[in-house]
Amino acid sequence: MATSAEAAVAGEEQLLQLLDENGQRTEHARLAAYVEDVDAEALRGMYRDMALTRRFDVEATALQRQGQLALWVPCRGQEAAQIGSGLATRAGDYIFPTYREHGVAWTRQVDFAEMLRIFRGVSNGGWDPRENNFHMYTMVLAAQTLHATGYAMGINQDQRGWDAERRAADGDAVVAYFGDGASSEGDVHESMVFAASFDAPIVFFCQNNQWAISVPFEVQSKVPLASRAAGYGFEGLRVDGNDVLACLAATRYALDKARSGRGPVLIEAVTYRMSAHTTADDPTKYRLSTEEESWAPKDPLTRLETYLRQSGQADDAFFEQVAADADEMAAGVRAKAFTFPDPVLADSFNNVYAEAHPLIREESEWFRQYEAGFADNQTGGAR
Amino acid sequence: MTTMTIAKAINAGLRRSLEENPKSLLIGEDIGRLGGVYRITDGLQADFGADRVIDSPLAESGIIGTCIGMALRGYRPVAEIQFDGFVFPGYNQITTQLAKMRARSEGRLTVPVVIRIPYGGGIGSVEHHSESPEALFAHTAGLRIITPSNAQDAYWMTQQAIECDDPVIVFEPKRRYWLKGEVDTERPAGDPFQAQVVREGHQATIVAFGPMVPVALAAADAAEEDGYSIEVVDLRSISPIDFDTVVASVEKTGRLIVTHEAPTFGGIGGEIASRVSERAFLSLEAPVLRVGGFHMPYPVAKVEEDYLPDIDKLLEALDRLFTY
Repeated sequence: MATSAEAAVAGEEQLLQLLDENGQRTEHARLAAYVEDVDAEALRGMYRDMALTRRFDVEATALQRQGQLALWVPCRGQEAAQIGSGLATRAGDYIFPTYREHGVAWTRQVDFAEMLRIFRGVSNGGWDPRENNFHMYTMVLAAQTLHATGYAMGINQDQRGWDAERRAADGDAVVAYFGDGASSEGDVHESMVFAASFDAPIVFFCQNNQWAISVPFEVQSKVPLASRAAGYGFEGLRVDGNDVLACLAATRYALDKARSGRGPVLIEAVTYRMSAHTTADDPTKYRLSTEEESWAPKDPLTRLETYLRQSGQADDAFFEQVAADADEMAAGVRAKAFTFPDPVLADSFNNVYAEAHPLIREESEWFRQYEAGFADNQTGGAR
Repeated sequence: MTTMTIAKAINAGLRRSLEENPKSLLIGEDIGRLGGVYRITDGLQADFGADRVIDSPLAESGIIGTCIGMALRGYRPVAEIQFDGFVFPGYNQITTQLAKMRARSEGRLTVPVVIRIPYGGGIGSVEHHSESPEALFAHTAGLRIITPSNAQDAYWMTQQAIECDDPVIVFEPKRRYWLKGEVDTERPAGDPFQAQVVREGHQATIVAFGPMVPVALAAADAAEEDGYSIEVVDLRSISPIDFDTVVASVEKTGRLIVTHEAPTFGGIGGEIASRVSERAFLSLEAPVLRVGGFHMPYPVAKVEEDYLPDIDKLLEALDRLFTY
């Protein structure tokens, strides 16, 4: 007889769900209230966001295969978790992603093409995190969960009156994204301890995509990740991560709770990474095709498409239009990626310190003179 | 002018920052009601509240990481690490995140976090309580590292670190916490990233910082009894290093010893020796010597006096220096 932990790992524990694998609307008293406003137009918008994210992902993967990107981090299969949770946030909320949250970034109005700057080797950041309150990607797993908690502690400070201007922004919250692999890192533990200790207005959104590169979830945790929240003294929700409605509802609920001062919430969105960890990875070496096939029917886009069609909220024309828009977007992203100018190393000296630094000045000047010493140098540093 | 210990000077500096900048706040283990294991924050939570002098859970990565987040929200957090050897659980946050956030964002974000770390030996304690890891942090671009050696600097450099828009690590010489000195609370100590000549001389220079400055001064006094005129430079800033002041002194004296408690191998002394050889080779009458710790883990307390650089080791080095 399986223990409760074994049952949970095997995925037998009930997931919060509003749209089942067959594209049928299901009822959930607790969550339903958080999607009452979602009409046909909103649903079609969610489908469109997911489809564009997937098309972008395909295009970026192709660019990497063509040698135009150093690396790509696919998000195929995780569109519902990302679009649903991202759409639940408000403009004043601040998002700390890991490095796979391309769909979340899209919901925060970060341009798809801008996300390629990192992977094309022209930037380590890519976009201005202050423009859309969407932080830069963080390559060191889980490090950003502490930044998110600290930021949320800062929101609490604002509300105590230390920042008169920001006091008006009462109600801001933070979402920290991480994966099941990152959940093993100590920083996730510490961030949850701190968040609980200081009632920080933060939602921890874990996309459990079942694999930390080649290590399966059962090696990472003997219990559902959501159940760990109880150990920190706050609420954990286990949500069907391929159900965009459930992800939207759960995140709205969690954000409401966090921003009202009732403490953090951990959401475990159970999903599946349908492709490789990165384009440098080869999943055929560590997982069976039967597993991938078993997740295929749970595809978040197929599910929503079925619901939209069967409920008469979208027809062929809509889906054809989305596909055409997606192709046009992808072509635009590709074209824009080729316009990124090569960075100039000389500029990097300016970004190490905020205030004048003699070593930087010295090395910068040496490099400038070194560059100037080449007779054919016409670009001032971009050789 | 007021006479106070280095510990009291840091406390007063923190107090003044909390008073003058509503965005400054302190966070660390036991810094609130207890006032810190060295009582550096004594009384501050009582006066400024638990929201600005925050007793944190016992987790160094958590302290540093949340400081980064608070700084991104517009605050100026000051973290206290209890002992030098305990900073390493936070090393990842300091070196991969705090130091690089500005460069990663192409200059868009500043992260004005201060990390206070009591460092150095000579207190007769147990493992991990007496280390000198400054070179490990100095090697990481994006960080600034300072170390006061007297009360005046302790008072002002603490405040200057908090005002700096770059991340600053303040290594506090713990065995000098009770060293008294004059503090002028009206006159700032000058640029915290500039070295100071704290003893004039013309035959050799000793560069020291933090806990080694009083040792260097005592050795210079002892050498004077033997007829030597020794200049002592208090480096004050480990990153950046004020090479102009060091080189100017060497050009005057022609001889240089660099001393620190950390192991000489891969240490700050090697960096200074190398730079001086590049910039003042023709002024040197002798090779640059280093007097520091051995390449071993910090030893047990019963033998730490044999490990630490002291007056005799400096005098021995001076003897070697004058054989050239």
